[in-house]
Amino acid sequence: MTEKSKDKDIIDDLEKNEYKYGFSSNIESEVFPPGINEDVIRKISAIKEEPEFLLEWRLKAYRHWQTMEHPYWAHITLEKPDFQSISYYAQPSNKPKYDSLDEVDPEIISTFEKLGIPLEEQKLLAGVAVDAVMDSVSVHTQFRDQLEEKGVLFCSFSEAARDYPELIQKYLGSVVPYTDNYYAALNSAVFSDGSFVYIPKGVRCPMELSTYFRINAINTGQFERTLIIAEDDSYVSYLEGCTAPMRDENQLHAAVVELVAMNGAEIKYSTVQNWYPGNKEGKGGIYNFVTKRGLCKGHHSKISWTQVETGSALTWKYPSTILKGDFSTSEFYSVAVTNNYQQADTGTKMIHIGKNTKSTIISKGISLGKSNNSYRGLVRMAKTAENARNFSQCDSLLIGSQCGAHTFPYIDVHNKTATVEHEATTSKIADDQIFYCNQRGISTENAVSLIVNGFAKEVLSKLPMEFAIEAHKLIAISMEGSVG
Amino acid sequence: MLEILNLHASVEGNEILKGINLSVKAGEIHAIMGPNGSGKSTLSNVLAGHNAFEVTKGSVLFEGKNLFDLSPEERAWEGIFLAFQYPVEIPGVSMTNFIKTAVEAKYKYQEKDAPSPAEFLKMMKEKQAMVGLAKSLAGRSVNEGFSGGEKKKNDIFQMAMLEPKLAILDETDSGLDIDALRIVAEGVNTLKKPDNAYIVITHYQRLLEYIVPDVVHILHDGKIVKTGDKSLAFELEKKGYDWVK
Repeated sequence: MTEKSKDKDIIDDLEKNEYKYGFSSNIESEVFPPGINEDVIRKISAIKEEPEFLLEWRLKAYRHWQTMEHPYWAHITLEKPDFQSISYYAQPSNKPKYDSLDEVDPEIISTFEKLGIPLEEQKLLAGVAVDAVMDSVSVHTQFRDQLEEKGVLFCSFSEAARDYPELIQKYLGSVVPYTDNYYAALNSAVFSDGSFVYIPKGVRCPMELSTYFRINAINTGQFERTLIIAEDDSYVSYLEGCTAPMRDENQLHAAVVELVAMNGAEIKYSTVQNWYPGNKEGKGGIYNFVTKRGLCKGHHSKISWTQVETGSALTWKYPSTILKGDFSTSEFYSVAVTNNYQQADTGTKMIHIGKNTKSTIISKGISLGKSNNSYRGLVRMAKTAENARNFSQCDSLLIGSQCGAHTFPYIDVHNKTATVEHEATTSKIADDQIFYCNQRGISTENAVSLIVNGFAKEVLSKLPMEFAIEAHKLIAISMEGSVG
Repeated sequence: MLEILNLHASVEGNEILKGINLSVKAGEIHAIMGPNGSGKSTLSNVLAGHNAFEVTKGSVLFEGKNLFDLSPEERAWEGIFLAFQYPVEIPGVSMTNFIKTAVEAKYKYQEKDAPSPAEFLKMMKEKQAMVGLAKSLAGRSVNEGFSGGEKKKNDIFQMAMLEPKLAILDETDSGLDIDALRIVAEGVNTLKKPDNAYIVITHYQRLLEYIVPDVVHILHDGKIVKTGDKSLAFELEKKGYDWVK
């Protein structure tokens, strides 16, 4: 066989991978008719019994959104979605507020079980509290009492808006204003639900907080809103994991995440994203437009972003940090895998404002099939950023000859004492490496998985233990020739 | 164990092997010697199943099975091991993880339970000591930044872990200094059992002072032109390859 045809065999094998979690559960949903206007927004706000200021904020965001242009700059191919054909609210018809798991619709439980998400004892033993968001309404919240003892608030965004309106009013939009970008504005107008976390001064959150989002109702865009506030000298680790059922229509997803870290506070935000990427021909799949941003507001504060992105037909996502406090630090660790016709344009922004601020960016892109994987990053050193430092490393691994890897680093330095370093590599899995593995009895599939996991190891090791195992599996699934 | 009949093979349309006949029985050590370009490495790659080489004629039976019906990994599981002339580096993949994956795959194929982590670790330590592989290398990526000698030792270490029936050593002596050569050879001799066999491919007679062959073959222009006992190697060393041309 020639080298080319061997390459092709490996690629064909890898492309055969089907979406493992492709099923949809049959839960009755209350869904708004498609379309967006001020009445729709008023209705969402009314259903959620929101305070007046929040409705006003939504409406301002909506009005601003209408004046904005759809973004075009990312290295992706996309037709502007028809926003009037999307429904902006869906909730499971059996209302939330359960006292125990027994009261939850068994269909929902079985969906979570298929995903391997143990909502029951396993999580308790592992010390993970799960706030499960199914479509737009929280169906289950765990460990709240335990957390409340420490003064930690962890609940759905809607609940927070009702129970802690002063915190919401103070911090909502303080990191990502509704004017920030097209999809952030849309989210601000119609966000359905999400999570709210508040860690009081000096408290170390006793467990990893985790939320599983899942897009479920047909043709309903999901618009989560997450807000995490860490007061002085507090610590929290938040895990976000996502899977979605197989769909033919493209589903729009536009989330906003805001983090605020006060003096000496640390927020660790980890994501494993595995939304339906579309089939082998590039049909279907989730459109993922996310705005994630953290503010290191206090001195010596720290924000870490770790993400493993294997899903979505299209990803547009740049978890960013504004390093405002002196001596604040931020890290961004990312693994993005694209296969078939997936497109990912992802990276980070590190905006250094404070003195002696420090940021680290480690990005690993893996491209297969006909996919396109882009890293886009901005490092900005403001005039005030005395002795600020950044180190960036962007590595790309190509599998096959029809995929693409692109790196777009933007560096903008306004202070002479600042240091910015950027390193980038691109590599390809060599046939001889595969043959070496084969000769030792390791199949091509396992060999690729070993090499890819090795390539991404530096990032995976940053994930909390439990998530790291899941992430390894996820990457293996993305590579597998057959459904595991 | 191995029956090669009239084997022809080519690379990119050029015929390299032009009718090899070779029979290896359990318990035997065969040496294949030959000048550069005689087809030594092609033979080892064809036996291991490298797809850059096309078999155009002939047959190979391994333990009664048609070798060409088996994928490279199936050949490995059946007990064929190739110590490479140039072992490749696999950055990011730890030695431990690599060899564990390989050993587990073999046990699975044989429908046996894989060794427990404790047993596995013990086994690794023993075999490392046997081939003189520094412990620190076990924590590193496969062959990454290894010296030429360390790479060769690493291959022999993997052989010790996988316990093949037929091991093909492709110029394992090249790039080894005399001490390393002795250690590697001792490892091979320790692993030698009545039920396994070796094909030792080498350019020089030097290695054969340490690994003593039962049969020596001289390969020239894709054919075995002479076969004899170990004295053939000494004769060849004295007279040079021109003697067989």
